Amino acid sequence: MPSINKSKVKTPMPAQDPKVRSRNFNEVALGYTEEDAVNEAARCLNCKNPTCMQGCPVQVQIPRFIKCIKEKDFESAISIIKETNSLPAICGRVCPQEDQCEQKCILTKKGDPVGIGRLERFAADWEREKGVKIPEKPNPIGKKVAIIGSGPAGLTCAGDLAKLGYDVTVFEAFHEAGGVLIYGIPEFRLPKEIVKQEVNFLKELGVKVETDMVMGKVLTVDDLFEKGYEAVFIGTGAGLPKFMGIPGENYLGVYSANEFLTRINLMKAYKFPETDTPVKVGKKVAVIGGGNVAMDSARSALRMGADEVYIIYRRSEAEMPARKEEFEHAKEEGIIFKFLTNPIRIIGDEKGWVKGVECIQMELGEPDASGRRRPVPIKGSEFMLDMDTVVIAIGTGPNPLLIQATQGLDLNKYGYIATDEDGRTSKEGVWAGGDIVTGSATVILAMGAGKKAAQSIDNYLKNK
Amino acid sequence: MFKILSREDLAPSIKQFIVDAPLIAQKAKPGQFVILRIKEGGERIPLTIADYDAKAGTVRVVFQEVGKTTKELGTLKEGDFLADFVGPLGKAVEFPNHKRVLGIGGGLGVAPLYPKLKMLHEQGVEVISIIGAKTADMLIMEDEIKAVSDETYICTDDGSKGRHGFVTVVLKELLEKGEKFDEIIIIGPAILMKIGTEIIKPYNIPVMVSLNPIMVDGTGMCGCCRVTVGGETKFVCVDGPAFDGTQVDFDELMKRLQTYATEEKIALEKYEKERGGCRCHQ
Repeated sequence: MPSINKSKVKTPMPAQDPKVRSRNFNEVALGYTEEDAVNEAARCLNCKNPTCMQGCPVQVQIPRFIKCIKEKDFESAISIIKETNSLPAICGRVCPQEDQCEQKCILTKKGDPVGIGRLERFAADWEREKGVKIPEKPNPIGKKVAIIGSGPAGLTCAGDLAKLGYDVTVFEAFHEAGGVLIYGIPEFRLPKEIVKQEVNFLKELGVKVETDMVMGKVLTVDDLFEKGYEAVFIGTGAGLPKFMGIPGENYLGVYSANEFLTRINLMKAYKFPETDTPVKVGKKVAVIGGGNVAMDSARSALRMGADEVYIIYRRSEAEMPARKEEFEHAKEEGIIFKFLTNPIRIIGDEKGWVKGVECIQMELGEPDASGRRRPVPIKGSEFMLDMDTVVIAIGTGPNPLLIQATQGLDLNKYGYIATDEDGRTSKEGVWAGGDIVTGSATVILAMGAGKKAAQSIDNYLKNK
Repeated sequence: MFKILSREDLAPSIKQFIVDAPLIAQKAKPGQFVILRIKEGGERIPLTIADYDAKAGTVRVVFQEVGKTTKELGTLKEGDFLADFVGPLGKAVEFPNHKRVLGIGGGLGVAPLYPKLKMLHEQGVEVISIIGAKTADMLIMEDEIKAVSDETYICTDDGSKGRHGFVTVVLKELLEKGEKFDEIIIIGPAILMKIGTEIIKPYNIPVMVSLNPIMVDGTGMCGCCRVTVGGETKFVCVDGPAFDGTQVDFDELMKRLQTYATEEKIALEKYEKERGGCRCHQ
């Protein structure tokens, strides 16, 4: 048995050199070796009352799986994770562990928490390299459940219900399953091959995935009930891009982050003309916003060959909603940050192409409803930035397509679907979860919502 | 995968597929479109639903070979498969209480015009149509348009069939004669819709156009297809493609259509090189 590792710092994870990686789409973080993983696992104190688990929305048995890694029983480690989490290779990469499991780790009192995310990723990658064990199929219950949307919420809900023996079909509007995991989060943070393999794992569990199905258009929720589905889970996300409403937003070279990232990630425009979808990235690129989507857009623009990429954010560094790790990565790669800066107008040339962004300097005033200090423009501080491409990453709203086509669905005041704690909507037999309920949040929260809804759907169908 | 049940060449470079897509055929309505992708690595392109048959479970699309994807599409035959065929997308059009409607289709625009006129004809509305093309052999769907119209005018740019000149020549004549319509539908290249709308505007007749911007997803999640309508930004894929022509900023639409002109050329040249040299002069 390895002894306890008393180091106060996390075992470092190897990463691609910033200079090299800022020009390729390969994964930035390279993952632990077996030795790294065992070494890091040995930092876990195996607490009797593990607080880390309180921080995990899908209740992964953290100390149990870490103990297995410490004992080099990687096979058991991954099985334990998969008892509650069907997408560990994804979670280990994109969860904001600093706000979840790792934040609750007892070691944070004296130093770094255990690298739970890195260990989860290690276990999942280890299994993938070895060849994923095909799970035993449960006895079929003989009841059909439809999942609308194949993002993290839908996939988790589907996986959990399939494990219970339900006949689950996932309906996806795009030609590939994964939602934001496929079209939004770039290859260099989450290789698409991994998403595909996680989806294949669900298929092995018996989940059917129907792509090219724009629900609300090709089939409605009521059509699904008519086709014999007894429960429906809506996990369609918050995919409607917000624009700023400033002059010049329709100039050529102005993208929503959704369009920019969809072209690059889903359509693989970074391989154009080997692939057919183009994307236009100029020498100077401005990304408006301060969240993870802004970081992803900026770092993608750099990899597409831009010379200078700016992030323009109206508040200061402290208020930025992006993950610290992503911010650090972006800085290392040479992204230029313009804080307390707000665009007021986009300028174009006579052919309609973007040539600049007029901005105004901001200062922080009183805290607003979100608790963050409200940015206030400083009079007379307008200035111009020359730009060839602008990507707007200021957030998204609920896509209305399915909502408008569904009768009897109550919405909240922001237009998202209203549900109770278990994800139950106002419509009989219909659940919802993830960003379509909460607005843009995180992958793991969407997964947590999918999990809760699956439990609730199971209770409902058992008693029906 | 979606099977191409039949293929017909309507004109040089204009082709028609009947695609096996029962779910779409059951829900499709005039004014809607599909997004298709030929194969892995291919791009997503929007095509109007030119007709549909719910019973047979089929959808008809018509396309013109203008670039890499449509040229590659043009090499597909009966029995081949499309990787993706998504729809029905966009808003269906409605014509409540119309008595007399003028439908104008230019070039490939005749295809999206047809299902609208067919519906109007079935509703018992008097339909007058003007269809046009560059030359007689580029004219498509003439018999079908005639079958749903009470009166049909044909125009060709070179005078090789029907009236010599653009469809707008006949439009102007009808309006000047004082003919009354409850609505005029005009579909074709953006420039035709722009000019047509300008001609109709002084007569205070409602004018419907069907816009053709660049699209990616076609479901409202990216905003690539945005246009300014009545001073507001609209997404053509969910708010359209049909709009009140008098409210559309056509100049902006035409500029935005040029976004990828360079890349479109690169893609086409690469494709033709791979297929064994340029075939444009064959």
